[in-house]
Parts: sequence; structure tokens; C-alpha cells
Amino acid sequence: MRSMRRTIATIAVLIVAFVATAACSGTDNTPAVPISATTAVPVISGQTVTLVTHDSFWVSEGTLEAFTSATGVEVEVQRLGDTGQLVASAILTSGDPLGDVLFGVDNTFLQRALDADLFVPYESPALAGVAASLILDPGHRVTPIDFGDVCVNYWIDSFGDDLPVPAGLADLADPAYAGMLVVQNPETSSPGMAFLLATIAEFGDGWEAYWSALRRNDVAVTTGWEDAYYGEFIAGGGDRPIVVSYASSPPAEVIYADPPVDSPPTGVLTDTCFRQVEFAGILTGTDNRAAAEALVDFLLSPTFQEDIPLNMFVFPALSAAALPEEFIDFVELAEDPHLVDPAVVEANRNDWTEQWTNLVLR
Amino acid sequence: MGLWEVTSEMLRVEGLEVVLGGVAVVDGLDLEVAEGEIVVLLGPSGCGKSTLLRTIVGLERPSRGRVAWSGEDLTSVAPHERDFGLVFQDHALFPHMDVASNVAFGLRVAGLPVEVREARVAEVLDLVGLSGFGERPVDALSGGEAQRVALARSLAPGPRLLMLDEPLGSLDRALRDRLVADLGVLLRGIGQAAIYVTHDHDEAFALADRIAVMGDGRIQLIGTAAEVWSDPVSAYVAQCLGHENIVELDRSGACPLGRLGDGPGTVLIRPGQLLLSRCPDGIEATVVGSSFRGDRFSLCVAVGNLEVRVPAAEAVPVGSGVRLSIGPDPVLPLTSITP
Amino acid sequence: MRGRLARVLCVGVPAAFLGLFFIYPVVSILGLGLSGGGLDHLIGLSGNANFRGVAWFTLWQAVVSTVLTVVVALPGAHLIARRRFAGRRLVRALATVPFVLPTVVVGGAFLAVFDRLGMSDGAFRLTHTVWAILIAHVFFNLAVVLRTVGSFWEGLDPGPEEQAKVLGASPTRTFLLVTLPRLRPAVAAAASIVFLFCLTSFGVVLLLGGPGIATIETEIWRHAVWRGDFEAATALAFVQLAAVLAVVAVGNGLQRRRAVGLRTVVARAPAAGRWELAANLGLLGMVLGLPVAVLLERSFLSGGGYSFDNYRALAVRVDLLPLTAIDALVNSFVFALAATAMAVTVGGLASLVVVHGPRALSRVFDLGLMLPLGASAVTLGFGMLIALDEPPLDLRSSRWLVPVAHALIGVPFVMRVLVPTLRSIDLRLREAAAVLGAPPAVARRLIDLPIAARALVVGAGFAFAVSLGEFGATSFLPRQPDRMTAPLALFRLLGTPGQQLRGQAMALAVVLMVLTGLSVLVIEMRRGSVGGDF
Repeated sequence: MRSMRRTIATIAVLIVAFVATAACSGTDNTPAVPISATTAVPVISGQTVTLVTHDSFWVSEGTLEAFTSATGVEVEVQRLGDTGQLVASAILTSGDPLGDVLFGVDNTFLQRALDADLFVPYESPALAGVAASLILDPGHRVTPIDFGDVCVNYWIDSFGDDLPVPAGLADLADPAYAGMLVVQNPETSSPGMAFLLATIAEFGDGWEAYWSALRRNDVAVTTGWEDAYYGEFIAGGGDRPIVVSYASSPPAEVIYADPPVDSPPTGVLTDTCFRQVEFAGILTGTDNRAAAEALVDFLLSPTFQEDIPLNMFVFPALSAAALPEEFIDFVELAEDPHLVDPAVVEANRNDWTEQWTNLVLR
Repeated sequence: MGLWEVTSEMLRVEGLEVVLGGVAVVDGLDLEVAEGEIVVLLGPSGCGKSTLLRTIVGLERPSRGRVAWSGEDLTSVAPHERDFGLVFQDHALFPHMDVASNVAFGLRVAGLPVEVREARVAEVLDLVGLSGFGERPVDALSGGEAQRVALARSLAPGPRLLMLDEPLGSLDRALRDRLVADLGVLLRGIGQAAIYVTHDHDEAFALADRIAVMGDGRIQLIGTAAEVWSDPVSAYVAQCLGHENIVELDRSGACPLGRLGDGPGTVLIRPGQLLLSRCPDGIEATVVGSSFRGDRFSLCVAVGNLEVRVPAAEAVPVGSGVRLSIGPDPVLPLTSITP
Repeated sequence: MRGRLARVLCVGVPAAFLGLFFIYPVVSILGLGLSGGGLDHLIGLSGNANFRGVAWFTLWQAVVSTVLTVVVALPGAHLIARRRFAGRRLVRALATVPFVLPTVVVGGAFLAVFDRLGMSDGAFRLTHTVWAILIAHVFFNLAVVLRTVGSFWEGLDPGPEEQAKVLGASPTRTFLLVTLPRLRPAVAAAASIVFLFCLTSFGVVLLLGGPGIATIETEIWRHAVWRGDFEAATALAFVQLAAVLAVVAVGNGLQRRRAVGLRTVVARAPAAGRWELAANLGLLGMVLGLPVAVLLERSFLSGGGYSFDNYRALAVRVDLLPLTAIDALVNSFVFALAATAMAVTVGGLASLVVVHGPRALSRVFDLGLMLPLGASAVTLGFGMLIALDEPPLDLRSSRWLVPVAHALIGVPFVMRVLVPTLRSIDLRLREAAAVLGAPPAVARRLIDLPIAARALVVGAGFAFAVSLGEFGATSFLPRQPDRMTAPLALFRLLGTPGQQLRGQAMALAVVLMVLTGLSVLVIEMRRGSVGGDF
């Protein structure tokens, strides 16, 4: 019974090929409704709009001020915990929201937020510049703002002629790579969940067998990203050369290197990536609807979008947004990242993680 | 002496009853203290002496009776408005203040200017023999010094009545003897009216204008040292005063020492009336204990089942047989009320 | 009239504070969860084997952690209480530093120590075992036992021990037969506090225990945040709160008994022997010093060598943070000041009620104001979000919310120090003041206040340090970016790859530690002869 449900669910997993071309994404969207001169534009100048977000949110000074000088709307930012805490808090306070716009719900939590009716639909005209593959809610209750890939990273110096860099997920179960991989618990960590979803997307029904093989191969599991990357991975003084991290980790290793380096000491296995998309949505119950819409538009504007990479280490959703040098030089974006339908994630998440716990931890 | 005979009575305690924990610790007590008079309250531990003092200063509320000063009823006046002083048994010095601040406390709360305070503190410290101790922390004081600081602190505001609750209780014998003498000189020197509480009859005799023996929540007997000593009236008072030879007589007025009365009752063998005798017809007794009292020995001797004390000029080994003689008017009848 | 007003304030302010900021939010969130199916969960818990396993583990790790902490701390407590040596105050102050260090920092330091000792792998592997949790709990809670038992021991009359030795008892037998029974109230009181900390420990369990280990506290978090299962989380939170309530009630009972025996003798301590000192300080150094040393070393490691670069970098903002690390420290400092002011006010008034108030009220206050110490950050954080949402209590986006949450945790510390001190103020001092002519209010000002003020400084220092290091509850409350605290900044720095960020995080941790240590040392200087816990 249970295994059948899982089978159906696994079949339902959508693996969406991601083609990163602006031309493609711009064509199939409903064109933005032209604002005619007769449409009453509500006066929003002088209002304050509150953006609720997670603790990783930050943009350069002056960015939000640009929005204020353009619209006359002040932005108050309220940050609260990590993505999980943010979504849980938003659900608990639904109907009497903490702010007007929420930024930071990702595709692994999206369905939970949608099920709780957290957001009111708003289709930003700026969506025209966003790849269709990022627009995961056809009802436009949420708007994609950025994305990043959770990928297997490796320590370049640990591999060479005698041991090649693993080609993909399957290689990680190869005894040649025994004792090398460290992953995070999907029950307590975002990248851990993303990696589990990547394996489910890749292996379908075979994901359980794959994890059993990883366990035999002495996979290490940590509670969160910090203790995996800094505790077990070589970069932090550990002894494991393969870790689940982000596609943007190599540029960070260059930008924040000490002493300075010309190229990152780590690489990314691009075939192992799961794409995390972060969304913004207008919270149900806001009484600043017009200002909230303006803020969502702004979050997709080049000003904000081009400020994202170096502050949050993710990619702007706006295809035309210019990327910083480090991202161009050192980030390999997966051509074919794994994506799982948020509804499927939500429906199976607890079963999957329970099964995973039994397979890997018990 | 004998100021109390003049009608200059200042403190008057009438029909006082204090109930603590359901027990009447002070039960219908009357007491007067005259101007400049030192009254010593004598009694065993737990007889209600401390409670009486605490009630007079206002720290305990009486359930009946009244406390008055010069005819003014103080019963419902708060302690800080009574203008009395109390020296606590364990001194209760303020630990966060030095000696001078402790002594100045009463003057400070009275709102006196600093110069006046300083002068008075120096004066009082000098009076108790602690000149120059002002800046010492109180935890650096010896027991005797702490006691004198406590006294100085109570004297500084010039209370109309000073009460001392076994102030020397924690000190050694030699120090106590000296301090009691000093205290008497000091208090009389400034004409300070005082009530002094103790369970030690020697202290009482050394200090008192009048001794009030307390028992059963009341004053059992009050009078000068000579008066109460020579006629303690009850066995209880006699015991409190340190009389040693209190004897029960049987129906015929006899006891192992012989026939000392006409009928049953308790009698006190007057001091000096029971002596060692060289006479072969003296009463036979056996020495069961001996203690050195400085100028003489005090022997505990057994006559039949009765033990009495007699003075001796030299040590007598325990177990030796001695003979006793009894004087011509040996006994004083006592009421046998035993509180 | 004024007396009545004072009484109303004494009772009203703490009651309102606890009621509005703790009871109301916690009851709201528990009520929401229980009404929404949590009750069935609660009923189902007893038959749930997984829950029984988690509850059993939570319990036994707390018991063992507590016993270990007491055993490790007793020799140190003896040294501090019964021996004179140079730097006694310093040792006492340093011992308290870990107690207020952010868990995330200590977790990292411990992982590093295990690593250095070769214990992160192989036969002596400690990382991700229950041993790692136990050792870290000893590290964190050592100060509680060291100070509570130490200060009690210091005031204990050494007469009976001397008597036992004269009667021929060996030092060991003297300790077991005479000293330990007399220390029991203090040991029990300290142990109940440590037990509470370990029962609700979060960061240590998650970070050091690894993914295979769960306690009720981590399960509440996992269910509420990751699984979105508020009903299950509520049922667990309810069980935990009940357990905490029981522990606090028992601990308070023991402490009341303890206060009776507080009047003691000041004994002159003999100088410590060289070996005794070396052995004791060695043990403390092993437990407390190693992780701190690792932290220090890492904070200076930069550019392949040792330098102050990481510290200098604290003044420069990195892109990841809305402000510089120094600004975050300033924020933490300001929050800590506000939290301390609130904790001192509320804790001070509540202590007066506990000591001088009617018996029933005294017990309720003593119990109630301890509870926030054992409440789960998830419960409190979410509770505040859903309860404090309407005017005049719309505080969710208020700048006061974080200090209020910190103050809730600080109040118990203020009270643990203040209550025993107030209780130990001899009634006769106040009577002496009255007889000397001081009206009650003047007596309180001139006697109680100066004596208690010193204890209040001690409690304030703890509230201050606790606020400086607080992470859990803070992360659950909405904050504006420019109000980021140092522990949150530290966490963010550790959340992105790059040795430079890591070096800065270590430097920030060291600065936080030094700040905490300094504040405790300042407290030690002012502490003087005033007793009290911790």
C-alpha cells in the first residue's frame, strides 16, 4: 500500500530540463497587461511596506532605498530564522501576517505555504524576463526571485590520475569513493533535503537502493550544512573530500579565501544538482496591496536582481541580470538540474524522510 | 542608689501579655524603671526576657497590657519613634558599613548634620574605648570589640532608655567580668536608664540597681541585690540567684540533715549556716565532688540521698568522709512555686 | 497607602511580565496545537515506541550529564571554597565563560578538539556520539555547580570536618560521611538547574550528537519547523513543559530547605598545596580550557600564519551581513543592557515577593519565573508570534521583543542570586535599624538595598551574559537587519564557505567570550562577601 503510493509519487516526479535562455522564457508567458492612462493607479507614496524574510537575506546598502526613491514607499525588513522557521512562522500567523510581502520560501517548502493559503495571486509584469522553468506556481501566488543549485562539491586536490573525480551520483556509491562523502540530514537541513530530492529525481524508485549503497559506502551524515562543510569536509579541516553544498560555494571559496587564491580549491559535480528556487509572495491579509505589488516588481528589477549574487550567493531569476565576475568565472550552472514538483514534495516529504532515516541512520 | 524610691518612674509596663506561637511568653507582667536606673532582668533561657525587651522597644506587639513612658502610652507607637535603644545579643552590626557608619546610623536617620554626627561618633567610640576604630570594617572586629561597637551604636542617639539583651553572652568569662564592670561605670557616668537582660546572676549582682527575677512570664521578685539575695521568697528565685542549698522537708519537717522545720516544705539553708565541722558528733557526709573557687573550695557532699554544697578552705579528696555542722538559724522558708 | 502601592508593584510587575510574555504566548501556542488534534497526539504518545525512545534518551542523558557535571565540579568547588590561592577570582570568573558562550561556537570548538585529539574517527571516536553531548554538557554547566556549591561550601562551618578527622576518619571518609551530607542541599539545588539545562538542551544535541540522536527538544523543533506538524510538536512541547515544571518544583523545594542552613561561619581558608592546585586546575583546564584554546588559536590563524587580521576584519562589513561584526556586537550589547534592566527590575521585585510575600504567592513566583529557563525556544518564539499580535500588545515587530525574550531567560538568574541573599539578610539588622530610629522605608533603603544591591549586580551580570550569548529564542523572533546580534552574525559567517569568514567568526566568538568574561570578572570584583548561587 505504502510502497505503491511511493511508486506513484515517484513516477509523478517531474524532471524539468532547464534551458537557460532568455529568449525561450520570455515567449510563452502571458504578456503583461498594458497599463492604460485611464486605469486608476492607487497612490502608494508615503506608505511603508514590510518585507518578512529569513536571516540569510541581505542586499547592498542603497538597494532598497532605490525602491523608496522611485515609489515613495519605505521598506521595513523583518528577518526571522531560516527558511523552515520562516515558513512555519508565516503559517502560524496566517490571516494576521507579520508583514506585506514574504521573501524566502523555496520550492521544497512551497506547497506547504500554498496549502496554508499564505499568499494572494499577483502576476508581476517583470515575470516576462524570468525563465518559465522557475515559475512553479501557475496561479502566480508566488513569484520566483532567485535560484541556486545544491550540488555535490569536491576537493580538487584529492582527485587526480589514480582516482578521477566522480562523474555523477551513481559513482558516489562506488566502493572506490568509500568514506569520502558527507551529506546533511534531510530532516534538519535544506541542502540535505535538496540532495535527497536530487537522488529521488535521478533514481526514481531506486533511490532507496541507492541510499543503502551509500550507507555501505560509509556516507557521513551531519545535522546541518555548517558541520558538514566545516566539520567533515577537507575545506574545514575534516578528512572527507566530497560534500553536499552549493554551486556557489566555489566562488565563495575564492572571494573569502585566506590567503587569497586565483581559483577555487573546490569543484562542483554539475550532474548532481538540485535546483532550489526562492520565491516572494504577497501575504494574505495585507492592507498594503498596491505597495506590496510594487515591492514584488522591484524584487524582480535589475537593480535588486543584480545585487543578489554576492550578498546571498544565489543566482538572480531575471535572465538578463548581469552576473558578477566571480560567478561568471567560477560557477558552473547545471544544464540539466533536478527539480521536483513542490506538490509531490509536500505529499511525500514526511514519508521519504522517514524512510531515509530508517535506511541511513538506524 | 535607690533612685527608684523617688517617684521619678519613667517606664511603666502594665499587665503585659505577649503571645508567640499560641503560648503566652509574657503573661501579665508589671515593671517600672526609674530615671537613670539600671534594672537587670534575671532568668533562665526561654523565660520570656528577650520577648519582654522586644515588646518594650516595639518589635513585638502585646496582646494585652501597655507600655508607657512618663505617662505617655507607647503601646501603638512604632519602634523607630520610641527613642529607645536595644543592644542585640549577637550585635546585629550592619555588615556593609564600617564601624563609624554603624555608630552614626541613628544620628543619620535622625537627620543630624555630618559634623555633629562625626563629633558624636568620636565621643561615643571614645566612651566605649574604641577611639580610632571608626574606619574598620565590622567583620574585622573581635567579639568584645563588636559588642562595644553595638553598645556605642545604641548610645550614640542618646536613647531615653537603653536595653541590652544578654550582650555579653558570647564572650569568655574574664572578658565578661571586665566588660560588666566597665558597662556599669559607663552607664552610671552618663546617667543612662537601662534594662539589662542576663541569665548570669554574677552579672546581675555586678551591675544592677535592682534585680528583677523573671519566671513564668512575670516578674517573680524585684529589689536590690541585697534584698533579693537575703529573701528570695521562692525556690525558683533562689535558684536563679545562685543559691545552692535548697532542701525539701518531709511531713515532719525533717531531711537527712536533721529536723529543720515544723512541717513539710521547701527551705533555703542560708549561706554560711552549713559548714564543715571538726566535731566528732557532726553530721556524717561523703565528698562526691570538689571545685576550686579561687579563694576557697566548694565541696559537694552527700548526706543520705541529699546532696548539698559546703565551703572548704582546702581541697578534700572525693570519697573522703567529712562531718557537717548546722548554725543556729539555718533555714529560710521558701514558697515552692516552680515556674 | 504608599505601602500598598509598593506591594501592588512588587506583585503586579513580575506577574504581568511573566503572564504577558511567557504564560499567555505559551498557553496560546499549546492551546492552538492541542485544539487542532494535538490532544490525540498527546494521548497517542504513550503508546508510541519512537517517542518512548526519545523521552528515555532525553531523560537519561540529562541525568548522566548532571551527575558527571557534579562529579567534575566538586573538586573545583572545594578548591574555591576551602583553599586560598592567587587568581581564585579569575578561576571563578573564567569557569563561567563557557556557561554563556553561544552553543554554535562551543559545538565547533568541541568538534575541533575531538579532531585534534584524533577522536573524530576510529575507535575513540567522540564526534556524533552521546559522549560528545555529555562532555559538552559538563563544559557548559560546570560553572553552575562550581559556584552554587562553592559559595555554600565556603560559608559552611569546617568544625564537623575537623571533628571527624580528629576522630580518625580519613579525608575520603570525612568527605563522604560528613561533608557530602551537609553539601547535599546545595548540590541538589545546583543539580536541578543543570538537569533542567540538559533536559532542554538543543544546539549541543543537534551539533555534537549528530543526526542519529534526538531529544524531546530537538523533536519539537523538527516537527514544528521541518515537518510542519504543529500538532505533534505541541504534544511534545506539552510533555516537556510538564517535565520542566516538575523539575523546577522539586529543585525549589530543595533550595528552600537549603536557605534555612545559610547562617554560617566565616572560616579562614588554608593556602592550597602545589599538587592540589595543579591537579584541580589541570582538570578544569582540560574540560574548560581545551575548546577555548582551540577557538583562540583559530581566531589568530589567517593568511597561513598567525595575526590579528581576523580581529581587524571585524570592523569591515562583509557583503553577507547587513552590518559589521562590531556593529552586531554593539547591538548585542544594547539588547543585553535592555534585557538586563528588565530582568533586574522583574527579578528584583519577584525576589522580594518570594522572600517577604505570603507563602502561596511566594511559591508561585519562585516556580513560575524559573519556567522560561526550561521552555523550548520554539514554543516561546512561535507563542510570541501568535499571541502578541494585537494592539496594544502588537509587539511582534517591536524592537523590545528580543530584549523581552532575553529578559525572560535572565530573570531566573537574577532571582537565583537575589533570593538567597535577601533570605540571608538577618531580620535583626532591620530591627536594629528600626530601634535606632529608621522608619521601615529608610531601613530598606539603608540596609536591604545596599546589601542586596551587590547581589543584584551579580544577577545582572548573569542576565547580561546570557543575553549576549542567546541564539535560539532570538532566531525565532522577527528582527530588522540592522538589529542583528553577534551570535546571529556569527552563525551567518559560518554559513558560507571561505576561510576568511571562518576566521572572522572565530575572532567574533573570542571577542564575545572576552566581553562575557570581563563582565563576569567585574561582577566578581563587586561580589565581595555577598553569597547567592552561581
